[in-house]
Amino acid sequence: MPGRICSISDPRLRLEVLSPEDVQRIHTATLDVIETVGVRFPSLRALEIWEAHGARVDRQTMIVRAPGALIEEALRHAPPVYTLAARDPTLDLPLDGHHVYVGTDGCGVEVIDLETGVRRRSCLQDVADIARIADYLDEVAFHWVPVSAQDCPPESRGLHELRAIWRHSTKHVQTESIYSAREAQAAVEMAAVLAGGREALRARPILSIMECTTSPLGHDGGSLEAALVGAEAGLPVGFMTMASCASTGPATLAGNLVVGNAEVISALALIQLAFPGAPVFYAAAQTAMDLRTGAYTGGGPEDFLFGAATNALADFYHVPLSMGSFATGAKEPNWQAGIENSLSTFMASVVGSDMLLGVGLLHGSRIWSYEQLLMDCEIWSIIRHMMSGIVVNEETLALGAIREVGPGGNFLKHRHTKEHMRALWVPRLMDRRPYEVWEERRDGAREWARARAQEILASYHPEPLDPRLDAELGRIIAAVEEGAR
Amino acid sequence: MSEELFRAMAQSIVDGDIDAARKLAQQAIEQGIDPLDAINKGFVVGVNYVGDQFAKGEMFLPDLVLAGEAMKAAVATLEPEMARRGTERKTLGKVVLGTVQGDIHEIGKTLVGTMLAASGFQVYDLGVDVPAERFVAKAREVDADIVGLSALLTTTMLRQREVIQALEAAGLRPKVKVMVGGAPVTASWAEEIGAEGFSEDAIGAVAVARRLVGA
Repeated sequence: MPGRICSISDPRLRLEVLSPEDVQRIHTATLDVIETVGVRFPSLRALEIWEAHGARVDRQTMIVRAPGALIEEALRHAPPVYTLAARDPTLDLPLDGHHVYVGTDGCGVEVIDLETGVRRRSCLQDVADIARIADYLDEVAFHWVPVSAQDCPPESRGLHELRAIWRHSTKHVQTESIYSAREAQAAVEMAAVLAGGREALRARPILSIMECTTSPLGHDGGSLEAALVGAEAGLPVGFMTMASCASTGPATLAGNLVVGNAEVISALALIQLAFPGAPVFYAAAQTAMDLRTGAYTGGGPEDFLFGAATNALADFYHVPLSMGSFATGAKEPNWQAGIENSLSTFMASVVGSDMLLGVGLLHGSRIWSYEQLLMDCEIWSIIRHMMSGIVVNEETLALGAIREVGPGGNFLKHRHTKEHMRALWVPRLMDRRPYEVWEERRDGAREWARARAQEILASYHPEPLDPRLDAELGRIIAAVEEGAR
Repeated sequence: MSEELFRAMAQSIVDGDIDAARKLAQQAIEQGIDPLDAINKGFVVGVNYVGDQFAKGEMFLPDLVLAGEAMKAAVATLEPEMARRGTERKTLGKVVLGTVQGDIHEIGKTLVGTMLAASGFQVYDLGVDVPAERFVAKAREVDADIVGLSALLTTTMLRQREVIQALEAAGLRPKVKVMVGGAPVTASWAEEIGAEGFSEDAIGAVAVARRLVGA
């Protein structure tokens, strides 16, 4: 069991969205696409790796066509089980197929200010504040970079963001906000400082790296090279497809899974060809384009199905999955946000996705809301409760208590009730008060969530990062900035 | 006779049938029909219908895009004939469009280009990873009314400001208006860097472009 982190452990509910035959057909179609259509890898380093292993490489278009056997063989080297280490080892996250963890969402560009309620551009202080509250919340198992530190220079922004999180939390950090080899090298250096050297970092990777693919059937060169740098250092790296039905992928769900799958497994295969046995993960946040606006929806039945289907693919390749859930398209914490975040997270959880991203953002992962963060944690707590299912045994059948209470009595004063009642779910934000009480105050989840966020930020101050280590991180960042001048 | 042809032209746009649109345009040339009539009495009728249906929620974005592509094919087929006759299609304005340097994200920018072209703008799409000086050179070359700048990353978004500064340095402002877009871009960012136009999606971008040229 991970320390005080509230993960889902050994979910008792089951759901099969894709049959084994369906998965096999998607896999076969995916290999066909990689072999005959190809995937774009706009990085010289990546193209050279592919060439060295016998893939057909077009240097002009940077499209790689790799035989299915090469992809399958490469993926066999990926470790099925490993641990996302935390600076505090009691907060380690074993990715062992028995747990589901949730992280903060990322990477937003605006924040609804906790004090003024006004929406504004995100900055470094927001990253620090959010890291602190996420460190406090047991529901949050690890960090993504929640919002962009737009007051930091572009060449080192991803590093300032990491430092801000490490200053305020000892949980595992997964950055989705580094996309150049130079920044990745510096991030590895910083993580090594905290871990106690390169080998210590390899043994206990306190940082993992998530890169986005460029749908359809492409990658970003800087992202590929950043991932290669991370994998070389032993950091878990993953690739996330956001292929959307009808725009960056086919309109049909199966076809969209094929496109996304081709992007992800071709990139994971590249990493394995370069560094066999490097820890990698599958990542996805697929959706359907909004037919009216063309927008990324951040919710809807297609998203929920993808949420449940993708783990079948990750399981097929024996790699952990980081799955997009929560991340509502709603503009404020409301009815839409509640529906979307509940269903997406339920569907991704019931199949046992290893990591879920994530809590706290609105408007398709663009606007940070502390209220939404706490509401998402409440949703998580409901789903986590459901996943433990119904335990049937002598004690839970409660025949003794039923006999003693008999017809017409009540169970309130029975010992059995006192012994088991704490296993029942208790809300923080649901309104179960008498109607008159509500009518008098007219408050609810949003007000309570805001108050709790304010209270946590005012009172929770984790032990600061060792000033010598912090200064070392600062020097690494300064060197990157110096080099960019 | 030509009435029937015009109806078929409109229908080819509504169906988003690129091959049919091209063939009908060719047919018009062979029959000696004025290309401007083919466009205005034939194809544009289809474009307008699709636009109306879209506004009513009866047709969707892929319908608009396909209609736009069919329209583009028809106009391209008719262009040599227009040149021969010394006529040209009146456009709402010229738009130079691209994704800024360091950024390879294409789809949003391409969608905006298609929508603008379908709405009657002349669009020069420079592609992705476009340096500031190429925007400036193209804007000067074609005497652009609008430069459209796309960026998907908060780090590359900063380049939008650089392009605006480069346009200013080249003396093209304020005659050339600038519109910006991309997931991290907000109205406040547009205002801060002095861009006259911002839209979160392609449909909105058309309205913004129309406003910027006073159409």
